[in-house]
Amino acid sequence: MDIFIQQLINGVTLGSVYAVVALGYTMVYGIIQLINFAHGEVVLIGAMVAFSVITALAPGGWPPLMVVAAGTMVAIPVCMAIGYGLERAAYRPLRNAPRLAPLISAIGMSIILQHLALLVWSRNFIAFPQIIRSEPYHIGGAIITNVQIAIIATSVAMMAGLALIVYRTRLGTAMRATAQNQHVAGLMGVDINRIIAVTFLIAAALAAVAGVMVGSYYGIAHYQMGSLLGLKAFSAAVLGGIGNLPGAMLGGVLLGVVEALGAGYIGDFTDNWFGSNYQDVFAFMVLIAVLVFRPTGLLGERVGERT
Amino acid sequence: MKLLEIEGLEVRYGGIRAVKGVDLAVDEGELVCLIGANGAGKSSTLRAIVGLTRAAAGSVRYKGAEIAGRPAFELVREGLVMVPEGRGIFAQLTVAENLVMGAFVRDDAAAIRKDRERIYALFPRLEERHGQTGGTLSGGEQQMLAIGRALMSRPKLLLLDEPSMGLAPLLVAKIFEIVRDIASQGVTILLVEQNAKLALEAASRGYVMESGTITLADDAKKLLADPKVREAYLGESVG
Ligand SMILES: Nc1ncnc2c1ncn2[C@@H]1O[C@H](COP(=O)(O)OP(=O)(O)O)[C@@H](O)[C@H]1O
Ligand SMILES: [Mg+2]
Repeated sequence: MDIFIQQLINGVTLGSVYAVVALGYTMVYGIIQLINFAHGEVVLIGAMVAFSVITALAPGGWPPLMVVAAGTMVAIPVCMAIGYGLERAAYRPLRNAPRLAPLISAIGMSIILQHLALLVWSRNFIAFPQIIRSEPYHIGGAIITNVQIAIIATSVAMMAGLALIVYRTRLGTAMRATAQNQHVAGLMGVDINRIIAVTFLIAAALAAVAGVMVGSYYGIAHYQMGSLLGLKAFSAAVLGGIGNLPGAMLGGVLLGVVEALGAGYIGDFTDNWFGSNYQDVFAFMVLIAVLVFRPTGLLGERVGERT
Repeated sequence: MKLLEIEGLEVRYGGIRAVKGVDLAVDEGELVCLIGANGAGKSSTLRAIVGLTRAAAGSVRYKGAEIAGRPAFELVREGLVMVPEGRGIFAQLTVAENLVMGAFVRDDAAAIRKDRERIYALFPRLEERHGQTGGTLSGGEQQMLAIGRALMSRPKLLLLDEPSMGLAPLLVAKIFEIVRDIASQGVTILLVEQNAKLALEAASRGYVMESGTITLADDAKKLLADPKVREAYLGESVG
């Protein structure tokens, strides 16, 4: 089996999930310059809600795809409600406060959501019912499964849909205008609060689907899964250039690939001193390298202000 | 009929009173100018009218209704539109997208398209550059885009904040020509300018603002002839 191609496939799969989550960070940052640290927990809630729905429906004998779709369809509105609630309750009141205040509020929200998940879904690892049988396909000495194909296809479809909204509709134009200059957007008749709320709703819907995808991919979920995933997706957003949508997509996929290749080869390069369990390190090495050598990210133009 | 009526308007920034009880009115169909030196409080007055800056005191009536405290985005739907100082072009949106934003409050797609063609006829440069981002335009082109974008909303009352600022003399003349043209088409205009001569020549009435208060208000022709105005704002020494 060709390790390189195999890790590339695994990396692109995971990377496309990172990309979908990274889009949520970057959209919110683009519009209100806030790093929504609770975004990873929105992904977590999406995974958990889908888990509950799938577990409940699994014995019903429905087609597996329909069960997963049902789980997703419940997770999306729940996550959207949470995303909207976060903006209304935790960020909007602090819109004109010093920048540190909403950031702290975001960290607080992430802790609250995490512990809410702990209360509802327990502190144990929970196993996603494996209702979709994994079918391997062989390509070039490596294997790609139907689940991986579904994850990549879903991510691509969501990114394309988002790009259509942002770059081809009036709503999207208003979102970009608001990101550039809120006051002037207001002078055009744009209700800024509405645009910001819509941004949070879209980011949360993407997060919900991402949650279902990671849950199905790893087959397990845990109440702390949001923080590491969130940090990685945030690193991906920074890698691509925070605030830049194509950057988040590129950064996500790149990060997934770096991580997978790193995990695949770290043993060889360190004489097995380090194993693939160190794979999480790569995301943060990338984050640090970007912050040091190219703080604007790969596609970004402006550097976040230091305050 | 009075379209805009301001009484006792005050604007404060912290402890500083930038606008100290301004009275000003604009009739329907008029082109009125507000002139004054840098820092006199002209922009603050305009911003307070459209709700970008909070009015600390006083009343602002538009079409007879009190609007002080209402947010700018609501007023656009009622035809009260401001072109801000410095133009406020969306630098990363294309020229065409900037115009789309101008028509954000409208839903009549066919009429919007027609208006866009009208704007392109008025400013051929904008049509040539419709796919370029706003940030790549020259200052004059940006000002044309800012005015064209405001027209896309079909304003009833247009507030223009120093449209000639930073432009070469030839362009300044062109911008004033366009402002008159818009006014002749029935749009009511309140024009803020530091170029007092051109503003007074274009307007029917004028207000002179000094350190937050209106010091003179009269027909534009009389202000043009007023020795105080000539000395202070037209750069003439009156002997
Ligand atoms: N955002 C602000 N914060 C504090 N002071 C301001 C602000 N905007 C304007 N000022 C002050 O208010 C006064 C009036 O400014 P402005 O309305 O911009 O005058 P003008 O448009 O006539 O040049 C000036 O002294 C200016 O420094
Ligand atoms: Mg000014």
